[in-house]
Amino acid sequence: MGDRPAMNAEAIGRAVGRMAREIVERAGREAGDLAVVGIRRGGVHLAERLRAEIARATGTRPPLGTLDIALYRDDLAERGRAPVLGPTDIPFPVQGRTIVLVDDVLYTGRTVRAALDELVDFGRPRRVWLAVLVDRGGRELPIAADFAGATAAAAEGEDVLVRLVEGGAPEDVVVVRRRGS
Amino acid sequence: MIGRHRHCIALEDYSREEILEVLDLALSMKEVLRRPLKKVPTLRGKSVVNLFFESSTRTRSSFEIAAKVLSADALNWTSTGSSVSKGETLLDTARNLEAMRPDVIVVRHAASGAPAFLARHVKCSVVSAGDGAHEHPSQGLLDCFTIRERLGSLSGRTVAIVGDISHSRVARSDLHALGKLGAAVRVCGPPTMIPQGIERLGAQVFHDLQGAVAGADAVVMLRIQHERIGDPLIPGAREYSRLWGLNAWKAAEWLKPECLILHPGPINRGVELSSDVADGPRSVILDQVENGVAVRMAILYLLAGSGATGEGSAREKASA
Amino acid sequence: MSDTIFIEGGRVIDPANGLDAVRTVVIREGRVAEVAERVERTREAQVLDARGKWVTPGFVDLHVHLREPGQEYKETVASGARAAVSGGFTAVCAMANTVPPNDNATVTELVLARAAAAGLARVYPVGCVSRGQKGEDLAEYGELKAAGCVAVSDDGKPVQSAALMRRALEYALTFGLPLAVHEEEPQLAGTWSMNEGPVATRLGLKGCPPQAEEVMVLRDLALAELTGGRLHLQHISTAGGVRAVRDAKRRGLRITAEATPHHLTLTDEEVARSGYDTDFKMNPPLRGEADVRAVREALADGTLDCIATDHAPHAVEEKHLEFDAALNGILGLETAFAACLALVREGALSEKRLVEALTASAARCFGLPGGALGRGAPADVAVLDPALAWTCDPAALHSRSRNTPWKGRRLTGRCTHTLVGGRLVHELGGSR
Repeated sequence: MGDRPAMNAEAIGRAVGRMAREIVERAGREAGDLAVVGIRRGGVHLAERLRAEIARATGTRPPLGTLDIALYRDDLAERGRAPVLGPTDIPFPVQGRTIVLVDDVLYTGRTVRAALDELVDFGRPRRVWLAVLVDRGGRELPIAADFAGATAAAAEGEDVLVRLVEGGAPEDVVVVRRRGS
Repeated sequence: MIGRHRHCIALEDYSREEILEVLDLALSMKEVLRRPLKKVPTLRGKSVVNLFFESSTRTRSSFEIAAKVLSADALNWTSTGSSVSKGETLLDTARNLEAMRPDVIVVRHAASGAPAFLARHVKCSVVSAGDGAHEHPSQGLLDCFTIRERLGSLSGRTVAIVGDISHSRVARSDLHALGKLGAAVRVCGPPTMIPQGIERLGAQVFHDLQGAVAGADAVVMLRIQHERIGDPLIPGAREYSRLWGLNAWKAAEWLKPECLILHPGPINRGVELSSDVADGPRSVILDQVENGVAVRMAILYLLAGSGATGEGSAREKASA
Repeated sequence: MSDTIFIEGGRVIDPANGLDAVRTVVIREGRVAEVAERVERTREAQVLDARGKWVTPGFVDLHVHLREPGQEYKETVASGARAAVSGGFTAVCAMANTVPPNDNATVTELVLARAAAAGLARVYPVGCVSRGQKGEDLAEYGELKAAGCVAVSDDGKPVQSAALMRRALEYALTFGLPLAVHEEEPQLAGTWSMNEGPVATRLGLKGCPPQAEEVMVLRDLALAELTGGRLHLQHISTAGGVRAVRDAKRRGLRITAEATPHHLTLTDEEVARSGYDTDFKMNPPLRGEADVRAVREALADGTLDCIATDHAPHAVEEKHLEFDAALNGILGLETAFAACLALVREGALSEKRLVEALTASAARCFGLPGGALGRGAPADVAVLDPALAWTCDPAALHSRSRNTPWKGRRLTGRCTHTLVGGRLVHELGGSR
């Protein structure tokens, strides 16, 4: 199929654990104000995992939210069909919290831009940290990851795909795939 | 509905899957309505024009709010009187409007087929907010949404629609949508109010209210217009209310405890519904109003939330 | 141009004279000189090659709206007469609902003058039943007959008052004028847009029940019986109407009746299928399957005497509206033959009966000359190609209006030549 493996299950597990510890460390005394929000769809399961790891480190489970950015996309005018919209659920007040925004792959930065716009419509967080499993470069906006599991080199015609067992994959893996194959 | 339909005019044209798609989308839209900041930028720069030839505050406002929550610009153009009496034809009015480049025209008209007629002659999307006795698609969808929200799936459910079926576009839209989602539909009213051939649309006909609502999971009560000059269908409101109106006693004796009561509004309190039933525990009438905005948001999003010409997008990144 | 025409090689179908065979028709000085198997061709004669075609008497249409005087933007006598001959019709009866209506000699004479000036199809004016078509007083049938009317009709509208209808039937007897009536009980019909039934229910349009026609037919048949008057029932479209007519004829009443090409071939389903297209809106409306079947059978067995188009032109701005607001009426002259020929192909009608219904039977209803090709008859002839396939393009029609339900359809059967009084007034693809 032409998939280039970039991370295996073990590497993914280590990366998530390491990111959780770094987040807790940077939060310091404000670790109690943490909340984790996963960007649909790729960031949802990762957000759950991060949240579990943070809970293991601090003893308290931070609240978990889900954000669907379809209504905030900047490329609607170019699309032929209105993008499928999934549920957004932010079951806690955003005000004053340190939000850890989670996505699987950081590429152009446009998804994160949309997620930030949507997030602040829910309230004014104290600060927002971006945590991604894979940073593949190729930014089109001035967005940077605060926490990244790994970097990956991928050309413009390639996709970096994160497959997790929660999503039905046989095992966790990150692959680089040539588009169109 | 995506791609295949440029307009939203008749639920008769939609498949079960397309209807479910709108309902699922409306669920997400409802969440937006519950946020502290009820605005998303999705339809920013798009315009929705309400072209209402029949007066209606509630439906028009509902579409207007739906447009505004999605950050679209909403304009109201109300016009009473038929196109013939006004001197300007329906087509001319719409074309003049179209020259101002709206993205969606929402039209309500007393003549069945008027939105379809418009849709053939304008380039933007047309949403019907009700045409004659033909259809009122957003109402049909929000009724399904409301019942589904409370009862789960509509498959295998029984829904009774009571009132002047022959003149009701709500009844027809409900009939199509509920049927496609797997519900058994009953219509009920005096024979003068049951139109010929309604069975062919999948409805079972009842003339007695008690029989119609026995075992029903939901009842949709329609507003009775008791002044029909030249062609009286009933002697008057009094007898209608006695035989086909729903009051607290009948609700307690004849309805399942979990049976939902719906009404498209405005209610003729004391005629088709007594106040205590309209405001009672089974009533989901106010839910219908909230759900109406969510459903209309979903419709506007599907029709206007993409490139205007509908041509395929060149870049759809798998992950950005 | 020579006065003598030989129409050779065509299948001559002349039911009035019991003829259906390949013959040569010889026309001299505007009349049929002879119809024979083999005729010696004279040198100066014009020859019309009719091989593979039908040669019939020119069609007679008892029911057309020519709109002149008063509504010339829809049609004029001249444009209507042109449309008529292109459809094979050599005689048409012009309905009286013009503006002003034809309840006096002046309007009658105007119509005749326009027809003469056009020099195409013969136009027989029809006068009003009631003055101004108001349904209150009788029009002056004596004056109308003297001026040239061949019948009286308030078509467009029914004659609401049974009392007036009775008097009209009686008074018309004086002049031997048939009463051509539009059968619709107005209170029962109400304000309607199409036939009442499952299709109207689905489309949310207000319907007119078939019984609105039947109720009025029964009333007028009883009045015909009472008065002995000459009743002609226009555009019968329902099984109930057919049943009543059959019954009345069996009882020996002197009544005649017509059916339109659209009521013979189209159902109310077309309104749904076309998406509320107003070119399927007319009065009486298109009916359900059972009614169409009954009308077809009735035409075939003679219960309904003849075919009449009810050609009703309307301008674009009168039809291009939401369904409820559009005017009732469709064109018929130029598509009648092809539409009805389909019935022959389906086995619902014989070729002979089709021609008879368009010619002799029609003429007989109003006592008009024509409809036959016997020796000495005026040479009103239609030459038709029953196999010619063509697409109906509204813009190419000779009528001033465009409201035809057959627009864009592929049709089979077309008139190629029409002669009126021995003059060639229409030639398909020719300079005419």
